[in-house]
Amino acid sequence: MIRLERVTRIHNEGRPNAVTAVDDVSLELPDRRVTVLRGPSGSGKTTLLTLVGCLARPTRGRIWLDDELISALPERFMTEVRRRTFGFIFQRFNLVRGVSALENVMLPAYPAGEPHAALKARAQALLERFHLRDRMHEKAELLSGGEAQRVAIARALINDPAWIIADEPTASLDTSLVERFLAEVRDLAKAGKSIIITSHDPRVWQADVVDRIVTMQDGRIVSVEDVGKAPAAAAGREGSPP
Amino acid sequence: MRRWLGRQLHLVDFTLGALMRRKGRNFMLLTVYTLVIFMLASVMFLGSALRHEAATALKGAPEVTVQNMVMGRHALSPPEWVERLSRIRGARNVHGRLWGYFYDQANGANYTLMVPPPHARDIAVREGETVIGASVARLREVHRTGYLFLLSPAGKLFRLKVARTLPHRSELLSADLVLLSEKDFRTFFNLKPRDGFTDIALAVRNSNEVPTVVNKITRILPGARVITREDVLRTYENVFSWREGIVLAMLAAALVAFAIFAFDKASGLSAEERREIGILKAVGWETSDIIAMKLWEGGIVSAFALVFGVAAAYAHVFLLDAGLLAPVLKGWAVLYPDFSLTPVIDRMQLLTLAFVTVVPFTVATLVPVWKAAITDPDIVMR
Repeated sequence: MIRLERVTRIHNEGRPNAVTAVDDVSLELPDRRVTVLRGPSGSGKTTLLTLVGCLARPTRGRIWLDDELISALPERFMTEVRRRTFGFIFQRFNLVRGVSALENVMLPAYPAGEPHAALKARAQALLERFHLRDRMHEKAELLSGGEAQRVAIARALINDPAWIIADEPTASLDTSLVERFLAEVRDLAKAGKSIIITSHDPRVWQADVVDRIVTMQDGRIVSVEDVGKAPAAAAGREGSPP
Repeated sequence: MRRWLGRQLHLVDFTLGALMRRKGRNFMLLTVYTLVIFMLASVMFLGSALRHEAATALKGAPEVTVQNMVMGRHALSPPEWVERLSRIRGARNVHGRLWGYFYDQANGANYTLMVPPPHARDIAVREGETVIGASVARLREVHRTGYLFLLSPAGKLFRLKVARTLPHRSELLSADLVLLSEKDFRTFFNLKPRDGFTDIALAVRNSNEVPTVVNKITRILPGARVITREDVLRTYENVFSWREGIVLAMLAAALVAFAIFAFDKASGLSAEERREIGILKAVGWETSDIIAMKLWEGGIVSAFALVFGVAAAYAHVFLLDAGLLAPVLKGWAVLYPDFSLTPVIDRMQLLTLAFVTVVPFTVATLVPVWKAAITDPDIVMR
């Protein structure tokens, strides 16, 4: 479980252009659930995701991963937690240009120093699972939107993380590709992954695979709805104070 | 250790790909870097090859030379000095040498006229004949007539049959040499036997005894100048080192300019590179991985520049006779020694070269590399 305790994130703190992106948020994200963060642009969804995924530190407040206080870890250990625990699917997929789909998938595992042959075999298996066997040696920029997204999902899974974080994954996909993405999410959820998705796409938060919807506005949580089979954990301690 | 090694292999693999992805920019850097190393290595190779050449050529020179000094100037040595010096224990092959300079007005060149030492039978010259250096042969085109014509200081025309030309391998010292018999030499310069010799040369039985013999000569002939073979070699070394130093000092400016260029290149990360670093950090790369990757990048560029630069310098100096640097390091003369240099590469020199090029490059790029490595991973989410 990931627990956020009165977390605030201010961009450019102390400067005239300071912006409070996340404002005093407390939230619990249970394991093995699909949670959607929704809200209008600028509501703080993506910033909250960066805090949860150890991509940034909160200005104030604390973040716990199970019993480990991860928001106070030194950078090196925070990176280790990020690599070990989270797999990211970015909005524009953020594949490294000029690099093959296969190597893009292998990249997150490089710092672990695993032998090349074993790592390559694992990456190939993942790409085959996402029906990209024939495209694995193609440069990232030559892949279609759907292919790029599947490569991004494969990359997110290469270190076998417990949590998958996806930021607006359907923003640039047509309906059929959105369906395909949701099918992948369903498979990942079945495989026991915990998934957090930011989206303002109704096709995502209305999908049957979603267990929980967290609505944000102006950096605060305005509602937490449990829409799936699993009950909300400690719902009373969640949200932003009025 | 295994994990560290595996990590480094992955980093090298990725770095090589990254270098190829930005080949235009890296090719420019590699070209400038290679050029700087090429120039520095050429100067070092040529300097050391010339010193080696001089040392090799001087092996046959007399161990000790004694010159008479009159009013602080070199004068002819009296013939009885040969007898006096022969009595020194440890000295052998004491003989008077005859040599002098001749200015060839027609060609604007200076020749060294010399009588071969009595024990050097391989270059013995008969009366009316001469043995000449390769440069003299070229300049005077002796292959046409087979004769060398010289106008003596007294205005008398000398016609000497060219018995042979000295080999190229000795050209550093023999380029301007004209060897002739003692009788012809004395006639040419109007010198009588009782006038003595240009100087006296001698060998020392035990080379460790050279300083002792020099001391004895100084006691016997207090006004004489005593020159050892080591002195001559040191003079050559100093001349080459001085010239080499001047060129290297000039190249230091190029090195500084290159360091600034490298700093500028490393600082100017493109938006694409920043994004790439952001992605790598977001997916789990540490700051140290990014720094290591950038250091590998610098190391690979440095290694290639070093190999290409040193190879090009080797070809330039030892295969193409250092066409770009020869006038500075060999000296200027009408009789330009045209000799092939023996490849001599000192390991220490290569290490120095690597140190003076790779270290400034690495230092110049370190700060920009660190700045790039601390890019926030959340850049990719913005």
